[in-house]
Amino acid sequence: MGAIYILWLRELKRYVRSRVQIVVSLGQPCLYLLALGFGLGPVFQQAGHGSYLQFMAPGVVGMTVLFSSVFSGIAMLWDRQFGFLKETLVAPVSRMQIMIGRTLGGATVAVIQGTLILMICLIAGFRPHSWFAIPAAFLFVVMIAIVFAAFGTALGSVIKDMQGFQLVMNFLVLPIFFLSGALFPLANLPFAMRIITRLDPLSYGVDGLRGVLINTWHFSLAFDVALLAGIAAVFLSAGAFLFTRIEA
Amino acid sequence: MISVTHLVKVFGDFTAVNDITFDVAQGEIFAFLGPNGAGKTTTIKMLTTLLRPTSGRIELDGLDPTVKQKLARQRFGIVFQDPSLDNEQTAWENMDLHGVLYHVPRKLRAQRTEELLKLFELWDRKDAYVKTFSGGMKRRLEIARGFLHTPKILFLDEPTLGLDPQSRNQLWTHVKHLNETEKTTVFLTTHYMDEADRVAHRIAIMDHGKIVAQGTSAELKQQTGTESLEAAFLALTGSSLRDEAANSKDALRQVAQMFGRR
Repeated sequence: MGAIYILWLRELKRYVRSRVQIVVSLGQPCLYLLALGFGLGPVFQQAGHGSYLQFMAPGVVGMTVLFSSVFSGIAMLWDRQFGFLKETLVAPVSRMQIMIGRTLGGATVAVIQGTLILMICLIAGFRPHSWFAIPAAFLFVVMIAIVFAAFGTALGSVIKDMQGFQLVMNFLVLPIFFLSGALFPLANLPFAMRIITRLDPLSYGVDGLRGVLINTWHFSLAFDVALLAGIAAVFLSAGAFLFTRIEA
Repeated sequence: MISVTHLVKVFGDFTAVNDITFDVAQGEIFAFLGPNGAGKTTTIKMLTTLLRPTSGRIELDGLDPTVKQKLARQRFGIVFQDPSLDNEQTAWENMDLHGVLYHVPRKLRAQRTEELLKLFELWDRKDAYVKTFSGGMKRRLEIARGFLHTPKILFLDEPTLGLDPQSRNQLWTHVKHLNETEKTTVFLTTHYMDEADRVAHRIAIMDHGKIVAQGTSAELKQQTGTESLEAAFLALTGSSLRDEAANSKDALRQVAQMFGRR
Protein backbone atom coordinates (compact mmCIF):
# COMPACT_ATOMS: atom_id res chain seq x y z
CA MET A 1 0.00 0.00 0.00
CA GLY A 2 2.86 2.35 0.83
CA ALA A 3 4.21 1.97 -2.67
CA ILE A 4 0.87 2.81 -4.30
CA TYR A 5 0.48 5.86 -2.08
CA ILE A 6 3.99 7.24 -2.63
CA LEU A 7 3.76 6.86 -6.42
CA TRP A 8 0.31 8.42 -6.44
CA LEU A 9 1.67 11.29 -4.38
CA ARG A 10 4.56 11.70 -6.79
CA GLU A 11 2.23 12.22 -9.75
CA LEU A 12 0.29 14.79 -7.77
CA LYS A 13 3.41 16.66 -6.69
CA ARG A 14 4.65 16.81 -10.24
CA TYR A 15 1.34 18.29 -11.32
CA VAL A 16 1.14 20.91 -8.60
CA ARG A 17 4.75 21.94 -9.11
CA SER A 18 4.60 22.49 -12.85
CA ARG A 19 2.49 25.63 -12.85
CA VAL A 20 3.33 26.50 -16.43
CA GLN A 21 2.05 23.13 -17.53
CA ILE A 22 -1.22 23.63 -15.66
CA VAL A 23 -1.84 26.89 -17.50
CA VAL A 24 -0.82 25.41 -20.85
CA SER A 25 -2.99 22.34 -20.48
CA LEU A 26 -5.99 24.46 -19.49
CA GLY A 27 -5.39 26.83 -22.39
CA GLN A 28 -6.31 24.39 -25.13
CA PRO A 29 -9.76 23.45 -23.80
CA CYS A 30 -10.44 27.14 -23.19
CA LEU A 31 -9.63 27.84 -26.82
CA TYR A 32 -12.10 25.18 -27.96
CA LEU A 33 -14.68 26.52 -25.58
CA LEU A 34 -14.36 30.12 -26.72
CA ALA A 35 -13.56 29.72 -30.42
CA LEU A 36 -16.00 26.92 -31.16
CA GLY A 37 -18.52 27.62 -28.41
CA PHE A 38 -19.06 31.22 -29.44
CA GLY A 39 -17.97 30.83 -33.09
CA LEU A 40 -20.30 27.99 -34.04
CA GLY A 41 -22.99 29.09 -31.59
CA PRO A 42 -25.13 31.03 -34.12
CA VAL A 43 -25.07 28.19 -36.69
CA PHE A 44 -26.05 25.64 -34.06
CA GLN A 45 -28.84 27.92 -32.87
CA GLN A 46 -30.22 28.37 -36.37
CA ALA A 47 -30.27 24.59 -36.82
CA GLY A 48 -32.66 24.55 -33.88
CA HIS A 49 -30.48 22.81 -31.31
CA GLY A 50 -30.26 25.62 -28.76
CA SER A 51 -27.05 26.93 -27.26
CA TYR A 52 -23.85 25.38 -28.60
CA LEU A 53 -21.92 26.40 -25.49
CA GLN A 54 -24.38 24.40 -23.41
CA PHE A 55 -23.97 21.47 -25.78
CA MET A 56 -20.20 21.39 -26.05
CA ALA A 57 -19.13 22.32 -22.49
CA PRO A 58 -19.50 18.69 -21.28
CA GLY A 59 -17.54 17.62 -24.36
CA VAL A 60 -14.72 20.00 -23.51
CA VAL A 61 -14.62 18.67 -19.95
CA GLY A 62 -14.39 15.15 -21.37
CA MET A 63 -11.62 16.23 -23.73
CA THR A 64 -9.61 17.79 -20.89
CA VAL A 65 -9.84 14.62 -18.85
CA LEU A 66 -8.94 12.50 -21.90
CA PHE A 67 -5.82 14.49 -22.78
CA SER A 68 -4.65 14.88 -19.23
CA SER A 69 -5.01 11.21 -18.32
CA VAL A 70 -3.50 9.80 -21.51
CA PHE A 71 -0.57 12.19 -21.17
CA SER A 72 0.14 11.17 -17.62
CA GLY A 73 0.40 7.57 -18.79
CA ILE A 74 2.65 8.47 -21.67
CA ALA A 75 4.78 10.57 -19.31
CA MET A 76 6.20 7.16 -18.49
CA LEU A 77 8.23 7.72 -21.64
CA TRP A 78 10.13 10.45 -19.82
CA ASP A 79 10.54 8.33 -16.73
CA ARG A 80 11.91 5.58 -18.90
CA GLN A 81 14.27 8.05 -20.54
CA PHE A 82 15.47 9.74 -17.42
CA GLY A 83 15.83 6.44 -15.68
CA PHE A 84 13.39 6.84 -12.82
CA LEU A 85 11.25 4.00 -14.15
CA LYS A 86 14.12 1.56 -13.53
CA GLU A 87 14.35 2.64 -9.92
CA THR A 88 10.77 1.49 -9.43
CA LEU A 89 11.19 -1.66 -11.52
CA VAL A 90 13.99 -3.09 -9.34
CA ALA A 91 12.22 -2.23 -6.09
CA PRO A 92 10.84 -5.12 -4.04
CA VAL A 93 7.21 -4.28 -4.79
CA SER A 94 5.01 -5.92 -7.37
CA ARG A 95 4.67 -4.31 -10.77
CA MET A 96 0.95 -4.29 -10.18
CA GLN A 97 1.31 -1.88 -7.26
CA ILE A 98 3.58 0.39 -9.27
CA MET A 99 1.15 0.39 -12.16
CA ILE A 100 -1.83 1.11 -9.90
CA GLY A 101 -0.02 3.92 -8.09
CA ARG A 102 0.98 5.60 -11.32
CA THR A 103 -2.40 5.14 -12.97
CA LEU A 104 -4.37 6.42 -9.99
CA GLY A 105 -2.00 9.39 -9.76
CA GLY A 106 -2.57 10.22 -13.43
CA ALA A 107 -6.30 9.77 -13.04
CA THR A 108 -6.37 12.07 -10.00
CA VAL A 109 -4.55 14.79 -11.91
CA ALA A 110 -7.00 14.40 -14.79
CA VAL A 111 -9.94 14.72 -12.40
CA ILE A 112 -8.50 17.95 -11.03
CA GLN A 113 -8.00 19.30 -14.55
CA GLY A 114 -11.53 18.31 -15.53
CA THR A 115 -12.94 19.99 -12.45
CA LEU A 116 -11.04 23.19 -13.20
CA ILE A 117 -12.38 23.24 -16.76
CA LEU A 118 -15.90 22.63 -15.53
CA MET A 119 -15.50 25.69 -13.32
CA ILE A 120 -14.21 27.70 -16.27
CA CYS A 121 -17.24 26.55 -18.29
CA LEU A 122 -19.53 27.78 -15.53
CA ILE A 123 -17.78 31.14 -15.58
CA ALA A 124 -18.09 31.29 -19.38
CA GLY A 125 -21.85 30.99 -19.06
CA PHE A 126 -22.54 27.27 -19.03
CA ARG A 127 -25.49 26.33 -16.78
CA PRO A 128 -26.32 22.75 -15.77
CA HIS A 129 -30.03 21.96 -15.68
CA SER A 130 -29.73 21.42 -11.94
CA TRP A 131 -26.89 22.08 -9.47
CA PHE A 132 -27.33 18.57 -8.12
CA ALA A 133 -26.01 17.39 -11.47
CA ILE A 134 -22.47 18.46 -10.55
CA PRO A 135 -21.71 15.49 -8.23
CA ALA A 136 -23.08 13.07 -10.83
CA ALA A 137 -20.89 14.72 -13.47
CA PHE A 138 -17.97 14.18 -11.12
CA LEU A 139 -18.64 10.44 -11.23
CA PHE A 140 -18.28 10.47 -15.02
CA VAL A 141 -15.15 12.60 -14.83
CA VAL A 142 -13.62 9.99 -12.51
CA MET A 143 -14.62 7.13 -14.80
CA ILE A 144 -13.24 8.79 -17.92
CA ALA A 145 -10.04 9.56 -16.03
CA ILE A 146 -9.54 5.95 -14.93
CA VAL A 147 -10.33 4.51 -18.36
CA PHE A 148 -7.85 6.74 -20.15
CA ALA A 149 -5.15 6.78 -17.48
CA ALA A 150 -5.08 2.98 -17.77
CA PHE A 151 -5.07 3.37 -21.55
CA GLY A 152 -2.11 5.76 -21.21
CA THR A 153 -0.23 3.34 -18.96
CA ALA A 154 -0.73 0.58 -21.50
CA LEU A 155 0.54 2.82 -24.29
CA GLY A 156 3.43 4.10 -22.18
CA SER A 157 4.52 0.51 -21.54
CA VAL A 158 4.68 -0.20 -25.25
CA ILE A 159 5.99 2.92 -26.98
CA LYS A 160 9.65 3.70 -26.56
CA ASP A 161 10.41 6.91 -28.41
CA MET A 162 9.16 10.29 -29.57
CA GLN A 163 7.96 8.99 -32.94
CA GLY A 164 5.73 6.52 -31.16
CA PHE A 165 4.40 9.34 -29.04
CA GLN A 166 3.46 11.44 -32.06
CA LEU A 167 1.88 8.42 -33.68
CA VAL A 168 -0.30 7.91 -30.64
CA MET A 169 -1.27 11.57 -30.48
CA ASN A 170 -2.27 11.86 -34.13
CA PHE A 171 -3.82 8.49 -34.74
CA LEU A 172 -5.32 7.64 -31.37
CA VAL A 173 -5.91 10.52 -28.97
CA LEU A 174 -7.13 13.14 -31.42
CA PRO A 175 -9.50 10.72 -33.22
CA ILE A 176 -10.83 9.56 -29.85
CA PHE A 177 -11.66 13.18 -29.08
CA PHE A 178 -13.08 14.19 -32.46
CA LEU A 179 -15.15 11.03 -32.90
CA SER A 180 -16.64 11.03 -29.42
CA GLY A 181 -19.53 13.37 -30.01
CA ALA A 182 -17.82 15.99 -27.86
CA LEU A 183 -18.35 18.58 -30.59
CA PHE A 184 -21.42 17.31 -32.47
CA PRO A 185 -24.60 15.37 -31.67
CA LEU A 186 -24.40 11.61 -32.31
CA ALA A 187 -27.89 11.53 -33.78
CA ASN A 188 -28.53 11.23 -37.56
CA LEU A 189 -24.93 10.40 -38.48
CA PRO A 190 -23.96 8.45 -41.61
CA PHE A 191 -23.72 4.71 -41.03
CA ALA A 192 -19.90 4.51 -40.95
CA MET A 193 -19.67 7.37 -38.47
CA ARG A 194 -22.32 5.79 -36.29
CA ILE A 195 -20.23 2.63 -36.02
CA ILE A 196 -16.98 4.52 -35.33
CA THR A 197 -18.48 6.79 -32.70
CA ARG A 198 -19.93 3.78 -30.95
CA LEU A 199 -16.52 2.12 -30.83
CA ASP A 200 -15.04 5.18 -29.16
CA PRO A 201 -15.01 4.79 -25.35
CA LEU A 202 -15.09 8.54 -24.86
CA SER A 203 -18.50 8.71 -26.56
CA TYR A 204 -20.06 7.12 -23.51
CA GLY A 205 -18.17 9.38 -21.14
CA VAL A 206 -19.21 12.51 -22.97
CA ASP A 207 -22.78 11.25 -23.31
CA GLY A 208 -22.85 10.59 -19.56
CA LEU A 209 -21.51 14.05 -18.78
CA ARG A 210 -23.93 15.74 -21.16
CA GLY A 211 -26.78 13.62 -19.88
CA VAL A 212 -26.33 14.48 -16.24
CA LEU A 213 -25.38 18.11 -16.84
CA ILE A 214 -27.94 19.27 -19.42
CA ASN A 215 -30.25 16.25 -19.49
CA THR A 216 -29.64 15.37 -23.15
CA TRP A 217 -29.02 11.63 -23.56
CA HIS A 218 -28.07 9.71 -26.64
CA PHE A 219 -27.57 6.46 -24.75
CA SER A 220 -28.71 6.13 -21.13
CA LEU A 221 -27.23 6.60 -17.68
CA ALA A 222 -27.15 2.90 -16.82
CA PHE A 223 -25.73 1.98 -20.22
CA ASP A 224 -22.96 4.59 -20.06
CA VAL A 225 -21.95 3.68 -16.51
CA ALA A 226 -21.94 -0.05 -17.18
CA LEU A 227 -19.98 0.30 -20.38
CA LEU A 228 -17.39 2.67 -18.92
CA ALA A 229 -16.89 0.37 -15.93
CA GLY A 230 -16.39 -2.56 -18.28
CA ILE A 231 -13.92 -0.65 -20.44
CA ALA A 232 -12.06 0.52 -17.33
CA ALA A 233 -11.68 -3.10 -16.21
CA VAL A 234 -10.38 -4.15 -19.63
CA PHE A 235 -7.92 -1.25 -19.93
CA LEU A 236 -6.67 -1.66 -16.36
CA SER A 237 -5.97 -5.35 -16.99
CA ALA A 238 -4.30 -4.57 -20.31
CA GLY A 239 -2.24 -1.81 -18.70
CA ALA A 240 -1.20 -4.09 -15.84
CA PHE A 241 -0.30 -6.89 -18.23
CA LEU A 242 1.77 -4.68 -20.53
CA PHE A 243 3.43 -2.90 -17.61
CA THR A 244 4.56 -6.14 -16.00
CA ARG A 245 6.18 -7.12 -19.28
CA ILE A 246 8.48 -4.09 -19.48
CA GLU A 247 12.10 -5.12 -19.62
CA ALA A 248 14.50 -2.34 -18.76
CA MET B 1 27.22 -13.78 -1.58
CA ILE B 2 26.92 -13.76 -5.37
CA SER B 3 27.29 -17.02 -7.19
CA VAL B 4 26.92 -17.30 -10.95
CA THR B 5 27.29 -20.52 -12.92
CA HIS B 6 27.22 -20.95 -16.69
CA LEU B 7 25.18 -17.80 -17.21
CA VAL B 8 24.09 -17.13 -20.80
CA LYS B 9 22.02 -14.35 -22.38
CA VAL B 10 21.12 -14.42 -26.06
CA PHE B 11 19.39 -11.56 -27.90
CA GLY B 12 18.17 -12.89 -31.24
CA ASP B 13 21.29 -14.29 -32.87
CA PHE B 14 23.67 -12.25 -30.70
CA THR B 15 25.14 -13.83 -27.57
CA ALA B 16 25.70 -10.95 -25.16
CA VAL B 17 26.80 -13.10 -22.24
CA ASN B 18 28.38 -16.40 -23.12
CA ASP B 19 28.66 -18.98 -20.34
CA ILE B 20 30.23 -17.04 -17.47
CA THR B 21 30.93 -18.43 -14.01
CA PHE B 22 32.16 -16.50 -10.97
CA ASP B 23 31.72 -16.10 -7.22
CA VAL B 24 31.82 -13.03 -5.01
CA ALA B 25 32.39 -13.53 -1.28
CA GLN B 26 30.56 -11.60 1.41
CA GLY B 27 32.10 -8.18 2.14
CA GLU B 28 34.19 -8.30 -0.98
CA ILE B 29 34.55 -5.50 -3.54
CA PHE B 30 34.47 -7.17 -6.92
CA ALA B 31 35.19 -5.27 -10.15
CA PHE B 32 33.98 -6.24 -13.59
CA LEU B 33 36.09 -4.75 -16.34
CA GLY B 34 35.69 -4.97 -20.07
CA PRO B 35 35.51 -2.94 -23.26
CA ASN B 36 32.20 -1.45 -24.42
CA GLY B 37 29.72 -4.12 -25.39
CA ALA B 38 31.55 -6.85 -23.49
CA GLY B 39 28.36 -7.82 -21.65
CA LYS B 40 28.94 -6.16 -18.26
CA THR B 41 25.68 -4.26 -18.12
CA THR B 42 23.73 -7.24 -19.44
CA THR B 43 25.23 -9.32 -16.63
CA ILE B 44 24.24 -6.71 -14.04
CA LYS B 45 20.73 -6.56 -15.47
CA MET B 46 20.39 -10.32 -15.08
CA LEU B 47 21.75 -10.23 -11.55
CA THR B 48 19.28 -7.48 -10.62
CA THR B 49 16.15 -9.19 -12.06
CA LEU B 50 15.81 -6.70 -14.94
CA LEU B 51 16.55 -9.34 -17.56
CA ARG B 52 15.81 -13.03 -17.59
CA PRO B 53 18.86 -15.21 -18.26
CA THR B 54 18.65 -17.49 -21.30
CA SER B 55 20.27 -20.22 -19.23
CA GLY B 56 22.52 -20.71 -16.21
CA ARG B 57 22.12 -20.16 -12.48
CA ILE B 58 22.35 -17.08 -10.30
CA GLU B 59 22.36 -16.98 -6.51
CA LEU B 60 22.23 -13.79 -4.47
CA ASP B 61 22.62 -14.45 -0.76
CA GLY B 62 21.40 -17.97 -1.42
CA LEU B 63 18.33 -16.83 -3.37
CA ASP B 64 17.61 -17.35 -7.04
CA PRO B 65 16.56 -13.86 -8.24
CA THR B 66 14.58 -15.29 -11.15
CA VAL B 67 12.34 -17.16 -8.70
CA LYS B 68 12.37 -15.17 -5.45
CA GLN B 69 12.34 -11.80 -7.17
CA LYS B 70 11.05 -9.64 -4.35
CA LEU B 71 13.21 -11.20 -1.64
CA ALA B 72 16.27 -10.84 -3.84
CA ARG B 73 15.44 -7.23 -4.66
CA GLN B 74 15.14 -6.38 -1.00
CA ARG B 75 18.72 -7.57 -0.53
CA PHE B 76 20.51 -5.52 -3.13
CA GLY B 77 20.87 -1.88 -4.07
CA ILE B 78 21.83 -0.70 -7.52
CA VAL B 79 23.29 2.41 -9.08
CA PHE B 80 22.64 2.26 -12.79
CA GLN B 81 24.93 3.37 -15.55
CA ASP B 82 22.53 6.16 -16.45
CA PRO B 83 20.81 8.28 -13.82
CA SER B 84 17.60 7.02 -12.25
CA LEU B 85 16.66 9.90 -9.95
CA ASP B 86 13.41 11.82 -10.11
CA ASN B 87 14.58 15.28 -11.14
CA GLU B 88 11.32 16.93 -10.21
CA GLN B 89 11.60 15.95 -6.57
CA THR B 90 14.02 17.05 -3.87
CA ALA B 91 16.95 14.98 -2.64
CA TRP B 92 15.03 14.19 0.53
CA GLU B 93 11.92 13.12 -1.39
CA ASN B 94 13.96 10.85 -3.62
CA MET B 95 15.42 9.14 -0.57
CA ASP B 96 12.04 8.91 1.10
CA LEU B 97 10.38 7.41 -1.96
CA HIS B 98 13.12 4.81 -2.17
CA GLY B 99 12.69 4.00 1.51
CA VAL B 100 8.97 3.45 1.07
CA LEU B 101 9.49 1.21 -1.95
CA TYR B 102 11.99 -0.87 0.04
CA HIS B 103 9.75 -1.12 3.12
CA VAL B 104 12.11 0.79 5.43
CA PRO B 105 10.09 1.82 8.52
CA ARG B 106 9.39 5.56 8.75
CA LYS B 107 11.64 6.34 11.72
CA LEU B 108 14.59 4.35 10.42
CA ARG B 109 14.03 5.89 7.01
CA ALA B 110 14.41 9.42 8.31
CA GLN B 111 17.39 8.48 10.43
CA ARG B 112 19.29 6.69 7.67
CA THR B 113 18.44 9.36 5.11
CA GLU B 114 19.96 11.97 7.39
CA GLU B 115 23.06 9.87 8.06
CA LEU B 116 23.68 9.08 4.42
CA LEU B 117 22.97 12.57 3.11
CA LYS B 118 25.41 13.93 5.67
CA LEU B 119 28.02 11.32 4.78
CA PHE B 120 27.73 12.12 1.07
CA GLU B 121 27.78 15.86 1.84
CA LEU B 122 24.31 16.56 0.49
CA TRP B 123 22.52 17.38 3.73
CA ASP B 124 22.47 21.15 3.20
CA ARG B 125 20.89 20.60 -0.22
CA LYS B 126 18.30 18.09 0.92
CA ASP B 127 15.37 20.32 0.03
CA ALA B 128 16.68 21.34 -3.39
CA TYR B 129 15.26 19.79 -6.55
CA VAL B 130 17.51 17.15 -8.04
CA LYS B 131 17.36 18.93 -11.42
CA THR B 132 19.49 21.70 -9.89
CA PHE B 133 22.25 19.24 -8.91
CA SER B 134 25.58 18.82 -10.70
CA GLY B 135 26.52 15.45 -12.20
CA GLY B 136 28.70 14.60 -9.21
CA MET B 137 26.00 15.47 -6.70
CA LYS B 138 23.45 13.33 -8.56
CA ARG B 139 25.85 10.42 -8.52
CA ARG B 140 26.44 10.80 -4.80
CA LEU B 141 22.74 10.98 -4.15
CA GLU B 142 22.16 7.82 -6.15
CA ILE B 143 24.79 5.94 -4.22
CA ALA B 144 23.47 7.26 -0.91
CA ARG B 145 20.02 6.08 -2.00
CA GLY B 146 21.43 2.68 -2.92
CA PHE B 147 22.63 2.24 0.65
CA LEU B 148 19.39 3.45 2.28
CA HIS B 149 17.76 0.07 2.77
CA THR B 150 21.03 -1.46 4.09
CA PRO B 151 21.46 -3.83 1.17
CA LYS B 152 23.72 -6.83 1.49
CA ILE B 153 24.96 -6.30 -2.04
CA LEU B 154 25.44 -3.03 -3.88
CA PHE B 155 25.74 -3.04 -7.67
CA LEU B 156 27.53 -0.05 -9.18
CA ASP B 157 27.42 0.10 -12.98
CA GLU B 158 30.06 2.63 -14.08
CA PRO B 159 29.23 4.94 -11.20
CA THR B 160 32.02 7.42 -11.92
CA LEU B 161 31.31 7.96 -15.61
CA GLY B 162 31.80 11.63 -16.43
CA LEU B 163 32.90 12.72 -12.95
CA ASP B 164 35.95 14.84 -12.16
CA PRO B 165 38.84 13.24 -10.23
CA GLN B 166 37.78 14.93 -6.97
CA SER B 167 34.26 13.51 -7.11
CA ARG B 168 35.54 10.09 -8.15
CA ASN B 169 38.01 10.03 -5.34
CA GLN B 170 35.48 11.09 -2.74
CA LEU B 171 32.89 8.67 -4.04
CA TRP B 172 35.16 5.67 -3.72
CA THR B 173 36.25 6.76 -0.26
CA HIS B 174 32.61 6.68 0.83
CA VAL B 175 31.93 3.37 -0.86
CA LYS B 176 34.98 1.80 0.77
CA HIS B 177 33.96 3.25 4.11
CA LEU B 178 30.47 1.76 3.87
CA ASN B 179 31.88 -1.52 2.62
CA GLU B 180 33.94 -1.68 5.81
CA THR B 181 31.37 -0.40 8.31
CA GLU B 182 28.24 -2.09 6.93
CA LYS B 183 29.95 -5.14 5.41
CA THR B 184 28.18 -4.49 2.13
CA THR B 185 29.35 -6.62 -0.76
CA VAL B 186 30.10 -4.36 -3.72
CA PHE B 187 29.92 -5.42 -7.35
CA LEU B 188 31.14 -2.71 -9.71
CA THR B 189 31.96 -2.08 -13.32
CA THR B 190 34.19 0.72 -14.52
CA HIS B 191 36.39 1.85 -17.39
CA TYR B 192 38.92 3.46 -15.06
CA MET B 193 41.62 0.91 -14.36
CA ASP B 194 43.15 2.95 -11.56
CA GLU B 195 39.85 2.84 -9.67
CA ALA B 196 39.54 -0.90 -9.99
CA ASP B 197 43.17 -1.26 -8.96
CA ARG B 198 42.66 0.88 -5.88
CA VAL B 199 39.23 -0.19 -4.70
CA ALA B 200 38.55 -3.76 -5.78
CA HIS B 201 39.66 -6.82 -3.89
CA ARG B 202 39.18 -8.99 -6.91
CA ILE B 203 38.74 -8.28 -10.61
CA ALA B 204 37.19 -10.15 -13.53
CA ILE B 205 37.89 -9.09 -17.10
CA MET B 206 35.17 -9.68 -19.62
CA ASP B 207 35.31 -9.54 -23.40
CA HIS B 208 32.88 -10.67 -26.10
CA GLY B 209 30.53 -12.05 -23.45
CA LYS B 210 33.14 -14.24 -21.80
CA ILE B 211 35.27 -13.84 -18.68
CA VAL B 212 38.82 -13.94 -20.00
CA ALA B 213 40.60 -13.68 -16.65
CA GLN B 214 39.87 -13.19 -12.96
CA GLY B 215 41.87 -12.68 -9.80
CA THR B 216 43.45 -9.92 -7.75
CA SER B 217 45.08 -7.02 -9.54
CA ALA B 218 48.51 -8.48 -8.72
CA GLU B 219 47.55 -11.88 -10.09
CA LEU B 220 46.31 -10.37 -13.34
CA LYS B 221 49.52 -8.41 -13.81
CA GLN B 222 51.59 -11.48 -13.06
CA GLN B 223 49.53 -13.65 -15.39
CA THR B 224 50.05 -11.28 -18.31
CA GLY B 225 53.58 -10.24 -17.36
CA THR B 226 52.66 -6.56 -17.30
CA GLU B 227 53.41 -3.65 -14.97
CA SER B 228 50.00 -2.00 -14.67
CA LEU B 229 46.39 -3.16 -14.62
CA GLU B 230 45.75 -1.14 -17.76
CA ALA B 231 48.50 -2.98 -19.62
CA ALA B 232 47.15 -6.28 -18.34
CA PHE B 233 43.67 -5.28 -19.50
CA LEU B 234 44.90 -4.42 -23.00
CA ALA B 235 46.96 -7.59 -23.17
CA LEU B 236 43.84 -9.61 -22.39
CA THR B 237 41.29 -7.80 -24.52
CA GLY B 238 43.40 -6.52 -27.44
CA SER B 239 43.49 -2.93 -28.61
CA SER B 240 40.82 -2.89 -31.32
CA LEU B 241 37.96 -0.44 -30.81
CA ARG B 242 34.43 -1.60 -29.99
CA ASP B 243 31.45 0.30 -31.23
CA GLU B 244 28.05 0.03 -29.71
CA ALA B 245 25.10 0.76 -31.94
CA ALA B 246 23.09 3.80 -30.89
CA ASN B 247 19.59 2.87 -29.78
CA SER B 248 16.28 4.64 -29.67
CA LYS B 249 17.07 5.78 -26.14
CA ASP B 250 19.98 7.90 -27.28
CA ALA B 251 17.83 9.44 -29.98
CA LEU B 252 15.10 10.31 -27.52
CA ARG B 253 17.60 11.73 -25.08
CA GLN B 254 18.68 14.14 -27.78
CA VAL B 255 15.12 15.24 -28.38
CA ALA B 256 14.69 15.71 -24.66
CA GLN B 257 17.77 17.87 -24.48
CA MET B 258 16.49 19.91 -27.39
CA PHE B 259 13.28 20.63 -25.55
CA GLY B 260 15.32 21.39 -22.46
CA ARG B 261 13.22 19.17 -20.26
CA ARG B 262 14.90 18.27 -17.00
